[in-house]
Amino acid sequence: MHLLYQIFIDPFVQMGSAPDLFAQTLWEGMVAGVLYSLIALGFVLIFKASGVFNFAQGIMVVFAALALVGFYEHGVPAFLALVLTIVVMFILAFAVERLVLRPLVNQAEIILFMATFGLTYFLIGFGEIVFGGDPKVMISEQLGLPSGSYQIKMLGGFVQFQKIDIAAAIIASVMVAGLGIFFQKTRIGRALRAVADSHRAALSVGISLEQIWVIVWFAAGIVALATGIMWGARSNVSFALQIIALKALPVLILGGFTSIPGAIVGGLIIGIGEKMGEFYWGPLLGSGIETWLAYVIALVFLLFRPQGLFGERIIERV
Amino acid sequence: MFYREAGQYKTSYAADQALFPILQDKVGMLLILFAAYFLVPLFASNFVIDSIFIPVLVLSLAAIGLNLLTGYTGLLSLGTGGFMGIGAFACYKLSTYFPGINIIVLIICSGFFSAAVGALFGLPSLRIKGFYLAVATLASQFFLSWCFIRVPWLYNYNVSASIEVPSRTLFGLPVTGPNATSITRYVIVLTIVAVMTWMASNLIRGRIGRTWMAVRDMDIAAELMGIKLLQTKLLAFAVSSFYCGVAGAMMVFLWLGNAESESFSINQSFLVLFMVIIGGLGSLLGSFFGAALIWGLPIVMRNAPLVFGIPVTAATMEQITFMTVGVLIILFLIIEPNGLARLWQIGKQKLRVWPFPY
Repeated sequence: MHLLYQIFIDPFVQMGSAPDLFAQTLWEGMVAGVLYSLIALGFVLIFKASGVFNFAQGIMVVFAALALVGFYEHGVPAFLALVLTIVVMFILAFAVERLVLRPLVNQAEIILFMATFGLTYFLIGFGEIVFGGDPKVMISEQLGLPSGSYQIKMLGGFVQFQKIDIAAAIIASVMVAGLGIFFQKTRIGRALRAVADSHRAALSVGISLEQIWVIVWFAAGIVALATGIMWGARSNVSFALQIIALKALPVLILGGFTSIPGAIVGGLIIGIGEKMGEFYWGPLLGSGIETWLAYVIALVFLLFRPQGLFGERIIERV
Repeated sequence: MFYREAGQYKTSYAADQALFPILQDKVGMLLILFAAYFLVPLFASNFVIDSIFIPVLVLSLAAIGLNLLTGYTGLLSLGTGGFMGIGAFACYKLSTYFPGINIIVLIICSGFFSAAVGALFGLPSLRIKGFYLAVATLASQFFLSWCFIRVPWLYNYNVSASIEVPSRTLFGLPVTGPNATSITRYVIVLTIVAVMTWMASNLIRGRIGRTWMAVRDMDIAAELMGIKLLQTKLLAFAVSSFYCGVAGAMMVFLWLGNAESESFSINQSFLVLFMVIIGGLGSLLGSFFGAALIWGLPIVMRNAPLVFGIPVTAATMEQITFMTVGVLIILFLIIEPNGLARLWQIGKQKLRVWPFPY
């Protein structure tokens, strides 16, 4: 009885009695959610266009962030460093297409998945040799990102909004809107969607798969860079960051592997659910439930909608 | 010329359905077993047994477990590390509660705990498959990892949150704990792995294995033929986890000697998955090849510069190892996506027609 009370009543009483704390938790959940969404977005982009479950997205985030900081440390001005990093991500996309995807075309999905593992290992080793293994500080100020926070008096208390978080949310929305327009309106975007629908049909109407793959990996690289900057500004840039890729996976289940809005909404649900769960229900189970709570949320969700929130209706289900 | 089944007539069904219907296979297997049982303990040093033979055998068993699930039933799982952990912790708890019972019995029994948990986490496989399922099994991995840290009962409220293997004897010979010699542990691991591999090969040749493969190849068709998907898939999860659990228990009790949550992390799951893919999906032999390659490669990489006398720091070497392993995985997938087992097949075919090219 007491346990039931603790699960179903107590957390809500707490929420009601301290609405400012509730708002703060909600906001933090949303911010975490935005970052999860960004990573999930990188996954979705690549999965949509090439059917590759890109495990290397996490390390791409780290790699991009490290490249940016690395260029800056070598005396390159911040904005030039940004441009150079984008060039690096393009080279990476090109190399991946040329050296990994093209020889593996038409292989089973799991083989491609494994190949991205190989890529992850390679990038970890390569990144550590080039940039060193130490954590680095993101050059957020030099890039013109705001720091500090707003204290807003609301709901009978103070709620803190970090400026960098607001910036992250704005950048994420701009990016998603941009990608949306790119997918819907441009010639390349349409080609991308055609490839996502059917590789063969796309080939037969003269769409170059190779080109599309480079573009898609490049786009994922840019998303990774944005994620890396945002995440790096909150904590340091280190190789430990790559595990956030694993955090994005439940988002994918929730939102569907092929849906961009799904990635966003899924990310927000996971982010908020995780923070709420940790804050209000966490003490019940002992701390650290963050690591698996997201997966459980996603699993419960799966029972009702196996295709995810916005996933395509046709899903291999049994 | 040397490897040819021509002329080996079978006169009974039993002979036709034997595990090794070809004489050369039978002889080869006996030779391998002979070498494993007598030559390795005689000639290999303790260090080599401890750092190569035991790990490869233990990991092979885990790879076989995952292969039963992923290679034969077509269900992708990333929870192997967690299931191995269940086996290890179950064995630890069992050995605390029943100190009198033979440790080998306990190691096998701990597999059943793992099987039960595996079947539970296999439930989502009834609704989803492919990568969705892989991510769902990650849930089990993270949840179990968390349990191994946060449930102090599992490690007997130890301050270091790790499990220490108690000393146990078999016929007066110490088999676990610090006093056990490498050779004793090696022989026990070898026996368990050999017997369980034999069981697995019979399992997949029989009705159960065929239903698994039917489900893998096309589940709807399998269902129409009267195969019950629920039972088949859950059984696959249970048997697979059983193997992983035993492997995990052996890993702690007969190889490492102590372990903590970190030993059964997500990286362990990925490592075993590598072994299965590199070795070959749907091949027991491939599991051994994969384990040997994935385990041996970093060791070779680390020691290669020492042999050639090239001075490199340990850290650089680590990074170069990472890079090379990554490149090799990709190269390997490009050259032979069906794994080492397929190379072995090709080799056998070449032997069969030798000295002719085809």
